[in-house]
Amino acid sequence: MSASLPTIHFTVNGKECAVQAPPMKRLLDVLREDLHLTGTKEGCGEGECGSCSVRMNGELVNSCLVPVLQSEGAEIQTVEGLASNGKLHPVQQAFLDCGGAQCGICTPGMLMAAVQLIEHNPHPSMAEIREGLAGNLCRCTGFMRIFESVLAVATSAGEPVLEKVDHAR
Amino acid sequence: MRGNPHSHELIAPGSLPAVLDLLASAPGEWTPIAGGTELMVAFAAGRLSARKLVSLWGIPDLRFIQSTPESFVIGASTTFLDLRAHVSLAAELPLIAKSSSWIGSVANQSRATIGGNLVNGSPAADSSPALLVYDAEIEMVSQRGRRRVPYREFHTGYKRNVLAADELLFAIHLPRRFAHHRQYLRKVGTRRAMAISKVALAATALLEGNIVREIRLAAASLAPYPARLYKTETALLGQRLTKETAQAALRALLAEAQPIDDIRSTAEYRRRVGANLLQEFLLELSREGAPK
Repeated sequence: MSASLPTIHFTVNGKECAVQAPPMKRLLDVLREDLHLTGTKEGCGEGECGSCSVRMNGELVNSCLVPVLQSEGAEIQTVEGLASNGKLHPVQQAFLDCGGAQCGICTPGMLMAAVQLIEHNPHPSMAEIREGLAGNLCRCTGFMRIFESVLAVATSAGEPVLEKVDHAR
Repeated sequence: MRGNPHSHELIAPGSLPAVLDLLASAPGEWTPIAGGTELMVAFAAGRLSARKLVSLWGIPDLRFIQSTPESFVIGASTTFLDLRAHVSLAAELPLIAKSSSWIGSVANQSRATIGGNLVNGSPAADSSPALLVYDAEIEMVSQRGRRRVPYREFHTGYKRNVLAADELLFAIHLPRRFAHHRQYLRKVGTRRAMAISKVALAATALLEGNIVREIRLAAASLAPYPARLYKTETALLGQRLTKETAQAALRALLAEAQPIDDIRSTAEYRRRVGANLLQEFLLELSREGAPK
């Protein structure tokens, strides 16, 4: 059957990819199995928990609900694409600084949802943070440290958070 | 059992005429899929019976919001985030943005489409009550042409609607004559986000002094499909808004509602809370007096 599979082209974290896959294969599985980008996690597999959140053409999506054919030509960003030039994204750094991650399963999805929020609304209120992350479930932190991480980025505009890393090193 | 991607066909013809060609060539054989927030859940669980799917995602002819002096026209593949972001729509018909904000999470709203919500036809559909009280019209398209029906006639039974096998829901027309109506919408679910309604109520009303001149009421999960509450409306229409009128309306709602017991709630709870929502709306109406 694989001989007749279509080739789907898209960009992942700025890199062009061509993947042969059944069109109904979930984007989540293509990322993890075909492209070995295992940062994106599967939680519920039905769009409820947000673990598989990635950004597709600038919008936050649950990659477990995207048939890969619908990502033809799309620009995808996964958690692996957040850091650049060896520097963590300010949201990632804030999660480290504020204890926003514990077991880590929800963290990639939380980060993607937080980045999506901050890019559209650089200074969200606590209520807006809660809404922006409402589709991402965490069973460890009780959410407060996650919200505080995002709030730290929102109030610091990113820069001081990055400086703090340098001191730590 | 999990869904197997090899056992489902999915094609993306890429344009509206090409999709309509396909549907006309084999009516009923292809199932349209837009943002996948419903069908991909069924697929993952291994209970997607449709084997041949045609993608509507990324077809620009289906994703638009136009405004004319008389109406807003919303393409079927418009997402709920698109709807929330539209400034004049949100200002004039605020129940649309409000119900759009109820759809799951941001990651669901970026993919879920208003057409998909209506064609899926859940009795609990978030967008339906608002569309019903705004007198929406549904425009459908096939190779045979276009036709329009009032949205209140679109659903014909549990998960059934008037679409023919070769037809697509094309657009939703919203008349721009509710800006001065009193508008109400409330959903009761298990939590504030990501929850499917236990019950929801929408209302638009026009008062003249204390007399109800226009009233539209619609509910989620009080019937096998999203529906107006005509008998409750009748109890209010043309009446002076008194305690007695309100009592009559509540009795009408309790008699008219046909909720069910299911995993999310019970029929009894839905009936009572549905009546409470109506009571809240009527209290708001009488407290605030005549509309602006």
